[in-house]
Amino acid sequence: MPTIIRDTRFTKIKKHPVQQLGLVLLLMGFAVLIGMLSMGDYILTPSIVERSVVDSTHQAVLKSLLEPLYNKPIESDWALSAVLDDAFENANEQLTEKPIDDYWGRSYKTYLIKYSTVGLPAERPMLLFWLSIGLGVLGGLLYILPKLQLIPGIKNNHIFHSATTNRGWVGWLLGSFLILFYILLYFFPYYITTWMLICDPLAFWLKGSGATEWFFYGLLYTLAILVMGVRMMIKYRHSKYHKLRTGSVMFFQLAFAFLIPEILVALNRPYYDLKNIWPLNYDLFFEYKINEFLSNGTLGMFMLVWGIALVVLGVPLMTYFYGKRWYCSWVCGCGGLAETLGDPYRQLSDKRLKAWKIERWMVHSVLVLAVIMTAAVLITFFTGHSSLLGISSYDLRYWYGFGIGSIFAGVVGTGFYPLMGNRVWCRYGCPLAAYIGIVQRFKSRFRITTNGGQCISCGNCSTYCEMGIDVRWYAQRGQNVVRASCVGCGVCSSVCPRGVLKLEDRGDGKARFGEVKF
Amino acid sequence: MKHVVIIGNGIAGITAARHIRKGSDFRITVISGESDHFYSRTALMYLYMGQMEYKNLKPYEDWFWPKNRIELVTDWVEKVDVAQKQLVLRQGEPLSYDELIIAAGSRWRKGGWPGEGAKGVHGLYSLQDLEAIEASTAGIERGVIVGGGLIGVELAEMLHSRGIPVSLLVREKGYWASVLPPEEARLVGDHLRQHHIELRFSTSLKEVEQDAAGRVQAVVTSAEERISCQFLGITIGVEPNIDFLKGSGIETDRGVLVDEYFRTSVSGVYAIGDCAQYRKPPIGRKAVEQVWYTGREHGLLVAQTICGKPAAYKPGPWFNSAKFFEVEYQVYGDVPSRLPEGWEWFYWQHPQKHQALRLVWEKESGKFRGVNLLGIRYRQEVCEQWIISGTKIEEVVGQLHRANFDPEFHSRHEGEIRNAFSTQTGRTIKEQKKKWWVFGA
Repeated sequence: MPTIIRDTRFTKIKKHPVQQLGLVLLLMGFAVLIGMLSMGDYILTPSIVERSVVDSTHQAVLKSLLEPLYNKPIESDWALSAVLDDAFENANEQLTEKPIDDYWGRSYKTYLIKYSTVGLPAERPMLLFWLSIGLGVLGGLLYILPKLQLIPGIKNNHIFHSATTNRGWVGWLLGSFLILFYILLYFFPYYITTWMLICDPLAFWLKGSGATEWFFYGLLYTLAILVMGVRMMIKYRHSKYHKLRTGSVMFFQLAFAFLIPEILVALNRPYYDLKNIWPLNYDLFFEYKINEFLSNGTLGMFMLVWGIALVVLGVPLMTYFYGKRWYCSWVCGCGGLAETLGDPYRQLSDKRLKAWKIERWMVHSVLVLAVIMTAAVLITFFTGHSSLLGISSYDLRYWYGFGIGSIFAGVVGTGFYPLMGNRVWCRYGCPLAAYIGIVQRFKSRFRITTNGGQCISCGNCSTYCEMGIDVRWYAQRGQNVVRASCVGCGVCSSVCPRGVLKLEDRGDGKARFGEVKF
Repeated sequence: MKHVVIIGNGIAGITAARHIRKGSDFRITVISGESDHFYSRTALMYLYMGQMEYKNLKPYEDWFWPKNRIELVTDWVEKVDVAQKQLVLRQGEPLSYDELIIAAGSRWRKGGWPGEGAKGVHGLYSLQDLEAIEASTAGIERGVIVGGGLIGVELAEMLHSRGIPVSLLVREKGYWASVLPPEEARLVGDHLRQHHIELRFSTSLKEVEQDAAGRVQAVVTSAEERISCQFLGITIGVEPNIDFLKGSGIETDRGVLVDEYFRTSVSGVYAIGDCAQYRKPPIGRKAVEQVWYTGREHGLLVAQTICGKPAAYKPGPWFNSAKFFEVEYQVYGDVPSRLPEGWEWFYWQHPQKHQALRLVWEKESGKFRGVNLLGIRYRQEVCEQWIISGTKIEEVVGQLHRANFDPEFHSRHEGEIRNAFSTQTGRTIKEQKKKWWVFGA
């Protein structure tokens, strides 16, 4: 009797000792990561203000206002943050011409707090890095690797018995933590400066400058895809389709989303994730981006043309030949995280018809919104008028970035993995998925073929569809599945006990839908 | 308005109801005591294993029934009164019908062994069976299953998922040897052993030992071996669930006797699905067919008949599929467990992986008759066309890639199969090369 399998509710089944060790290490790493946020003291000096406050007017005013604080230890980042808030307020009384707004305020505060840290995080960042992130990665891998002992094949036993994967207390805890994490990341980065500090050595090595919250997040995101990608590869190692597509998302995340943009920055070139396509990459046409491209010669021009070509040619052509999957489950970073970190939660997606209705309204509304926002931004770029029909294009893009870019894609999109499944953002919110979906539904060779009358309506396909497609509805009628939202992950085909479903790019024009047989 | 009443909300009854609604405005009532709504009993094992929840087992959401004006009654039918055209129910008022469809399904068959009435002895057919199994298997040391067929292996997988050691008693010399040829039976048996299922072939049950509380504590096998256990699964097959028809005047044998339009001996009364028995079985089919898709076909056809377009049952080539732990099985056409006179077959097995294929054809004419597949998926459409059109085996072997239905990028073995085929049979393959430049060919 192999000693692995998840649920310990069934007393005969125990976790492998290596798995137990892995879990302990993972939790220890996690505890260190959380604990370090309250480690260390903060001592402000004039030189820190010089480094952090880049605007010279702001710097001059703040430097004198902060004088009483210099060289006095402050106990916590919360306390320092409160003091800084007061200082900014006082400064703004003098800075009526060019006040420190929210954006500047957040950035100054983040750097001021980060640089004034003293104690362990500042002195031994590498040690803390290995004790938190390093330990977490090691623990995760130790938890995952013993599953290689199991006979290859679909193993979904006890998923609905588990508090982690069926919205039990672990799921709620995990979801709450993720939501909190995203709120800190997007809106209060100055409370997580310790995490930036421990990434500084790596950031300096990679790109020659310190770590921001985005470097930390990018690193964590990439590690999540890599570690959980290994899990995915092991779980589905009987299927080359899953191994290849998982390898593909791991590669695109590591190379295109993480390394290449950082290297570009190190070379003083524009930050650019070459596989991120508008309108998912919604700031591609913001004027600071366009100006950056235009001021970067051939490379900048290439980036701009590449970005436009992907939208106009790449998406329709690739989707025509291979369906939505070429992007959503092989290349995309959001899809990559969903397919790896999110895989344990795929069964939580809502399969009701009602959910499908809501999905169609929502995702297409976001697409329309993205088009309007971008059009307004471009009109402002070309004409110089920032007000369109009484709405400022700056406001529009700010609110899009806040509502869609941060809240929907981040807080809801990932935070709700353990509660609503791993594709909440992709299904209800991603404007690019909406665009590709329209192409897939109306003009593509891709379909999921149903194998005659073999379907026994068991419902594994629908249960494990992360996009909430009721695959069984089609399969039991002997009809092929052609749906805008299908990301082509191929899991329906894998979990089918009767070999009923096959993802194919066969064309056949209208015949690709198949007829209702039963 | 005509009132059609259907006894049973399984795949046969529900398919009939859906298609009567599509083709008519009749009043439709479906009665079931087992569950409020149609669910897939094929997925009962996944419910036990925690792979699915009960709501995932329901192919249609609950709003589907009122929306399609299909009335659902949760009750058991005690008696059918064909003279009054009325059903006597266990709890509710009697229900009148104009036309009646009996789709009452099966129940698990007992073996008549001494002591088999003990607590902790179960079959697996209904939701109630599953609930009882759930209760009986909590915290037990060992389970014994008697019957080496499809349900036996499902039950073994269920217990295995909870870390309960399983002994599987199989009457035949190999796993499912009444259906599978020896090589396939051996492959599946090996796979089950890999999963630590203790297989005992050529062994049947002799008696069931009970403890003082009337609970199973051991079984004695035909080899006089005693296996101590707290659970006994009986999976030797199912039988039509038709006791409530006794004395109704509807003619029955093992099942309810029907003609090719599923008409019983009483006019206006039909029987479909597991509980129906053909007076004249179609060629190559058994008199009682207890398969998911035959139930679905029956439902579709009886609906057409009731809607005024009589449709006779003329099934196409046989097919079926199953999964034994990780090994998928498909069959298209006739692949008997022993080679009939005048036929030939060819068997290929992957040297390491659990993959195999067996082709069967008529020796003289070379006409393709069927294929068994383990760990490989084939397209029903293509296999059926080969069988119906009597394609020569040499051509079939040359076109195997057309039938392959495995997921993309999976290793394919058509070349090895072709080579092995020509070496073993001496026949020359008519090859139809795959044109790589033709998309999706």
